[in-house]
Amino acid sequence: MSVQTPLPHDAAHLHVTGAARYVDDIPTPRGTLHLAFGISSIAAGRVTSVDLAAVRAAPGVVGVWEAKDLPSDCDCSPSAHDEPMLSGSTIHYLGQPIFLVAATSHQAARRAARLGDITYSERDAILSIQDALAADARFEDGPRIWEKGDPGGAIDNADHQLSGEIEMGGQEHFYLEGQSAMALPQEGGDMVVHASTQHPTEIQHKVAHALHVPMHAVRVETRRMGGGFGGKESQGNALAIACAVVATATGKPTKMRYDRDDDFMITGKRHDFRIAYRVGFSADGVISGVEFEQYARCGWAQDLSLPVADRAMLHADNAYHLPHVRIESHRLRTNTQSATAFRGFGGPQGMLGIERVMDHIAHTLGKDPVAVRQANYYEAGVEGGQPPAPAAPPRSLSGKMKEEGSASRGPEELVEDTDAQRAEAEQTTPYGQVVEDFELHGLTDTLLTGADYAARKNAVAAWNADNPVLKKGLAFSPVKFGISFTLTHLNQAGALVHVYQDGSIHMNHGGTEMGQGLFQKVAQVAADRFGVPLEMVKITATDTGKVPNTSATAASSGSDLNGMAVKIACDTIRERMADHLAELHQCEARDVRFADGDVTVGGETYSFARAAQMAYEARISLSATGFYKTPKLSWDRIKGHGRPFYYFAYGAAVSEVVVDTLTGEYRILRTDILHDAGSSLNPALDIGQVEGGFVQGAGWLTTEELVWDDSGRLQTHAPSTYKIPACSDRPDIFNVALWDGQNREDTIYRSKAVGEPPFMLGMSVFLALSDAIAACGTAYPALDAPATPERVLASIERVRDGV
Amino acid sequence: MDVTFLLNGESVELRNVSATVTLLDWLREERGLTGTKEGCNEGDCGACTVMVTDAHGSKGLNACILFLPQLDGCAVRTVEGISGPDGTLHPVQEAMVAHHGSQCGFCTPGFVVQMAMAHRNGDRAHDDALAGNLCRCTGYAPIVRAAEAAADAPVPDWMVDTATGAEPMSLDDLADAYEARPNATLIAGATDVGLWVTKNMFDPDDVIFLNRCRELQEIDTTGDAIRFGAGVTMDRVLGAMRDVHPSYAEMIRRYGSAQVRAAATIGGNIANGSPIGDNPPALIALGAVLHLRKGTATRDIPLEAFFLEYGKQDREPGEFVTGVSIPKQEDHLKVYKLSKRFDQDISAVCGALNIRVVDGSVAVARIAFGGMAGVPKRAEAVETALIGAAWTEETVREAMAQMRGDFSPLSDMRASADYRLTTAENMLLRVWMEDAGVASNVLEVSA
Repeated sequence: MSVQTPLPHDAAHLHVTGAARYVDDIPTPRGTLHLAFGISSIAAGRVTSVDLAAVRAAPGVVGVWEAKDLPSDCDCSPSAHDEPMLSGSTIHYLGQPIFLVAATSHQAARRAARLGDITYSERDAILSIQDALAADARFEDGPRIWEKGDPGGAIDNADHQLSGEIEMGGQEHFYLEGQSAMALPQEGGDMVVHASTQHPTEIQHKVAHALHVPMHAVRVETRRMGGGFGGKESQGNALAIACAVVATATGKPTKMRYDRDDDFMITGKRHDFRIAYRVGFSADGVISGVEFEQYARCGWAQDLSLPVADRAMLHADNAYHLPHVRIESHRLRTNTQSATAFRGFGGPQGMLGIERVMDHIAHTLGKDPVAVRQANYYEAGVEGGQPPAPAAPPRSLSGKMKEEGSASRGPEELVEDTDAQRAEAEQTTPYGQVVEDFELHGLTDTLLTGADYAARKNAVAAWNADNPVLKKGLAFSPVKFGISFTLTHLNQAGALVHVYQDGSIHMNHGGTEMGQGLFQKVAQVAADRFGVPLEMVKITATDTGKVPNTSATAASSGSDLNGMAVKIACDTIRERMADHLAELHQCEARDVRFADGDVTVGGETYSFARAAQMAYEARISLSATGFYKTPKLSWDRIKGHGRPFYYFAYGAAVSEVVVDTLTGEYRILRTDILHDAGSSLNPALDIGQVEGGFVQGAGWLTTEELVWDDSGRLQTHAPSTYKIPACSDRPDIFNVALWDGQNREDTIYRSKAVGEPPFMLGMSVFLALSDAIAACGTAYPALDAPATPERVLASIERVRDGV
Repeated sequence: MDVTFLLNGESVELRNVSATVTLLDWLREERGLTGTKEGCNEGDCGACTVMVTDAHGSKGLNACILFLPQLDGCAVRTVEGISGPDGTLHPVQEAMVAHHGSQCGFCTPGFVVQMAMAHRNGDRAHDDALAGNLCRCTGYAPIVRAAEAAADAPVPDWMVDTATGAEPMSLDDLADAYEARPNATLIAGATDVGLWVTKNMFDPDDVIFLNRCRELQEIDTTGDAIRFGAGVTMDRVLGAMRDVHPSYAEMIRRYGSAQVRAAATIGGNIANGSPIGDNPPALIALGAVLHLRKGTATRDIPLEAFFLEYGKQDREPGEFVTGVSIPKQEDHLKVYKLSKRFDQDISAVCGALNIRVVDGSVAVARIAFGGMAGVPKRAEAVETALIGAAWTEETVREAMAQMRGDFSPLSDMRASADYRLTTAENMLLRVWMEDAGVASNVLEVSA
């Protein structure tokens, strides 16, 4: 049995020895050219002249391309066809690529790229939310608005009203491996591309488009990324296209990687948001109505901003039932890097809005913020918030094989109207989905007990009474995160599995490995389906030539989708083998048992290798594809109504901090987390996602500050100035556990997606900082994010002044 | 330039190497050793950490800002040399696998080398040892668990490196050379010059590497002052200050990272004249004297007199810093480093306050700040307000009000002018609070 086992990452041994190969580590053929972009030094305006003579004359330079020299517009956009790889005459942001250099070395290309002599006619850049609103610079024709009930009336008629606003900054992905790609020209104009990407099919599509060739002429391979976090969903397109264009033009292999500063200056980051709110609530803190205005700074191109902003709206409720709600979302176009996907994909921003509201209500009423949150929770799903107890998932082939196989191979029909009808009677999200699997009642109680919340709340109050300089804060925050791509058609995946005649198994699927352990989890599934040791399963690079038309490894969907696709492929082969052996032994196929590396049938036991050999000799196909699509989805994003999510993943955290009121410096003293990964495919890898996601989420809201100057130049463009959490920034005491449950929905072995949800547990740190600041006076801290020491001190001063 | 060193136990002799080829590029492009990664190309992420053994021992260094000539006579060990010759994993590698310390794996080689180095040196302050290694996936907890799990394992026998040592250069020869070639770029640890090359494409016509000048690396504690040669690295300054001026040492613990402190020199931190160098405020507050030399001529000046204005120091062409001396004194120094992140961050403000109270009155007040002006600068009006006054909160608050007369700091991406002023004032208040026994250090609080 290999599923549910805490095995190390499949490449752990390669990682620790330095043998794991990333794109820049692949040995390059002789004559490989290296590329670099020359980038704009203004944020908005027109190019008036370009003199690249010095670039061409620089040592090692082989070629230089401007937009006019390209075979096409070389569009890099994943959505709106609005991102030419090179700017042409119009400049949209400071850092936009204007020309492309190919040279004999990476350093030669970088040096030459600095030598362009470009003059501009500058115009006033639209940098801020205010600028964009004033200029009505936005994507889509106007704000997207979803409304449920009568929020205005509900707020006005409530016992209490509050309004406020929170600003939250963006976030640089800071994947340790920068963007990189390599193109190897093939015979007949074909192209092989190695890319550090979460979305090989998108790279294939964009390269084919740029070169005017069919997608079949481009093959993209991705073995692993050195981190992605959403930053490699679309942001790698430019490098791959550039490599392919130059490889086509010169016939030479090409490679491009961004230096870290270029990566910061060129690529998109998390959207920064401002969220204004107005809320009406009872004396118990129960919300009757709430209105949100969400303003997202999307940067210069559309990229993924619409679904990101949608997801911010979709998480405006987080874990709380909002009977009457209005969410207005503005997607603003600015002359900055095009904001893009980042772990949570807008969800964290939307969620922070309602968490601020909960905190503000609790402060106003003088109530424990946990009690206010619990009072607003969705009702428990059936059976008191505990999942029903489905039959334990089959660990290996048994008599249940047929049912299991057919259940997963024939996805249920879409249930179009059921949800809407039930929504009339039941609590629904602002977008009309019934929350059927709400886990947070029990999960919260368990966490609070384990974290000794009540006693520590008192201890913190006692500390704060005794200490004039150092103030402690303690806060709880829950997460309910919707799982599925909100663009419904992306919820599909394919797999390709071969069993060789020696019993070894070659496994491939459309997901990409960026550190999350997807490959290992899926290999565990494959090993389990065949009842063989994990070593029998070869994990292979994602390859558009093996599995076509894949979705990005994003939206936390990797193991849900690809795990199922692999399972289906494996089961197809297994059934063929079982049928053959059953026939041989004159028994039922369901009585053939695959376990412990053996196949048992009719009293006879064969090694799996022997069984494979027998099947081969009997001319049984030992290769199969698997295809999976998520059931039950139905979503209208314009109306904001339907069932965008197959299910929800849950978690909660309690964090304690100490704040220095002289400088605003702080430390995280302790964090306790309980997270719902369903029936985890690999608890060790899942806990890794929770720990890492939490720290990354805390970083977003604390030290990670992106600063642009008045000219639109990003001032924080390297780790010297942009501060992700370092080793000592993790909580001193850090207790992470998985909630012991199963997914109510029929996901792969009843597990749940775990990539993004834990990110938002970092909010507990932000709320704890606010709690500590609140101890300095009477006013509500109204802390903005990131809560750098400077913002914390400013908030302390406001609270002290009673503003 | 010819360079000889050991690489994973094998001798490497290079002829006519360019002065500014980094070890990282050479490893990856010339040697095909791609285990060492480029994460930031500026010494801030640790993905390129290699172990370098020289006369002062073994240390982790950032290969991305390490020039080949700096390695002359050293032994270098990359991640490829951390496992045994037969492929046996090092205990820290085994522990990293067992404790799930790698996710994407890109930072992992740097972590492994730094962990193996700390393991070899018996260093169990894991957070300090790893402050210069950034990981974006794991949240660090499993990495620290791995470091703890491996701590008691014996050091594998293959982890023994011996530096052969390079042909020394005498201080006299250095002085002659620099007087003759005053436009040469002096390179000691390259933690600053390295970035001129990797980020600003600086291509120097002439360089003089200081690593072979042993006289610059001496620490002399015998007289009435502690004298640091300009080439003393910050890890050694930390060691020397730990018992003498512990607050200064605590600041140095957060100065750069282990990798940066092992390369950066105290002379370099002074000579580059940065307004945000963290040593000058402490040294000025301690009344340090700077030693300069040009040819055979030497002179000593108070350190604060060296910093004339932003980008300009009292140093003639061909003249260089040979060292800095701290007069021996009773310790009253408090050094406060304020940055967005605790570890490995450039200070928004670095305050050094040397206040001696005798019989309830302030007898000595030497207070200097970094990040508050174009140069490291004394807070003269604050000092004046304190000296001779009764050491009371009232005095302190009155002196704090003088800060805005002493400084008009800038706003930048690290901090606003107002935040800098407020926190500089509060640093003085903190001295008072600490003296009064009020808890004011977040690093000393637990849950």
